[in-house]
Amino acid sequence: MVTVVDYGIGNLRSLEKALEHIGATVHRTDSPNDIVKATHLVLPGVGAFGACINEVRRRGLEQPILSVIDRGGPFLGVCVGMQMLFTVGLERGEHAGLGVLSGRVIPFAYQDSSYKVPHMGWNVISPRFASPLLAGLAQASRCYFVHSFHAEASDSGDVLATTEYGYVFPAVVARGNAFGVQFHPEKSQRVGLRILENFMRIQDSP
Amino acid sequence: MALAKRIIPCLDVDCGRVVKGINFVDLVDAGDPLEQAHYYDEEGADELVFLDITATHEERGIMLDVVRHTADQIFIPLTVGGGLRCLEDMRRMLQAGADKISINSAALHDPELITRGAEAFGSQCMVVAIDVKCTEKGIWEVYTHGGRRPTGRDGLDWAVEAQERGAGELLVTSMDRDGTQDGYDLSLLSALDERLTIPIIASGGAGSLDDLRDAFLIGKAHAVLAASIFHFRKYTIGEAKAFLGRHGITMRET
Repeated sequence: MVTVVDYGIGNLRSLEKALEHIGATVHRTDSPNDIVKATHLVLPGVGAFGACINEVRRRGLEQPILSVIDRGGPFLGVCVGMQMLFTVGLERGEHAGLGVLSGRVIPFAYQDSSYKVPHMGWNVISPRFASPLLAGLAQASRCYFVHSFHAEASDSGDVLATTEYGYVFPAVVARGNAFGVQFHPEKSQRVGLRILENFMRIQDSP
Repeated sequence: MALAKRIIPCLDVDCGRVVKGINFVDLVDAGDPLEQAHYYDEEGADELVFLDITATHEERGIMLDVVRHTADQIFIPLTVGGGLRCLEDMRRMLQAGADKISINSAALHDPELITRGAEAFGSQCMVVAIDVKCTEKGIWEVYTHGGRRPTGRDGLDWAVEAQERGAGELLVTSMDRDGTQDGYDLSLLSALDERLTIPIIASGGAGSLDDLRDAFLIGKAHAVLAASIFHFRKYTIGEAKAFLGRHGITMRET
């Protein structure tokens, strides 16, 4: 079973259906007790960083989420759910993140106006080292991205895969069993479904 | 190794049935939006657009079911447009599983709708569709209501306003070219590219693979919306991608 944190922001239907498609049983919840007990935990997020993290905190979900990560339970943050793993987000003001990973979430910035923002569409993810999350993917696999802010990790060891859009930024981050993907696996067709399958196969490693 | 340019088939849906979609293929039910969506997904479409052309308000609820069934099984981005007039309409469509919603006449009638939509749901799901026709003075005038009503507004100005109000993407249709198969309006696309910092989806006029190539290479479009050239099986999406790839345009291979 996979527990999807439902904190009232965004539409979780696609993510839920993609997880069901690969055979997972989905439990959508904003109950701190259910989150603490999760075997696999997914934290989605769309829209602004501050709005997301504030809602997570307002519902008292920060500690439950951190407790799952601390005990090595498989965790997957998606899009802003990935960004929230970092120390701080700079979207519409400065907002403290969950602080699992050290770094900031900053806007795309270009001198060259040919780079349109949001970064929207299918782009290549380039793994930097082997990980069960990205097992079995073809070289130069593309995933669907849509975002105007990206993570900047202080510790490059946390960056599992990168993507290039004018410059290189983290597309997949990982520390232990805590993973985050900047793209939308639920919208990335076969590649995305494979990543979700891989995630569901990861077991606790305290 | 760069962001891929996108090919987006558009299906016109009336009362839950595809009325402008894939023609003469071996589909069990060619009028079924889900079946057509599956077909295009398998062929390598990068996104899908459903345009609801249902005339009466009472029957619009049917589209929600169409979107639900499609989004439950097709794992590529789905944009839905047509008849969305208020935040509640948009919310319902997003909750049904649309990833983006496209607004046109309603945004011109009430530009604040873009702002409020972007605040409520995020810019990433706000597509503003703009239909323009070139006037004698050489400006691109905006039309609404499926191209029936001229507004007197300059399309380039409106595009900039839509961006400033929080649109994440623009879907721009040249009414002069739409249905002609004479190619996209490349000067319109270039003019938009110069003024805007958000991605543009080009629409109206695709008749050949050269037209798609020109929209990307000359018009600098980020995506092309195409209907008849794929619906009539003139080309498959795979053939289009192979052709574009040979011309140095980055495509997603599937």
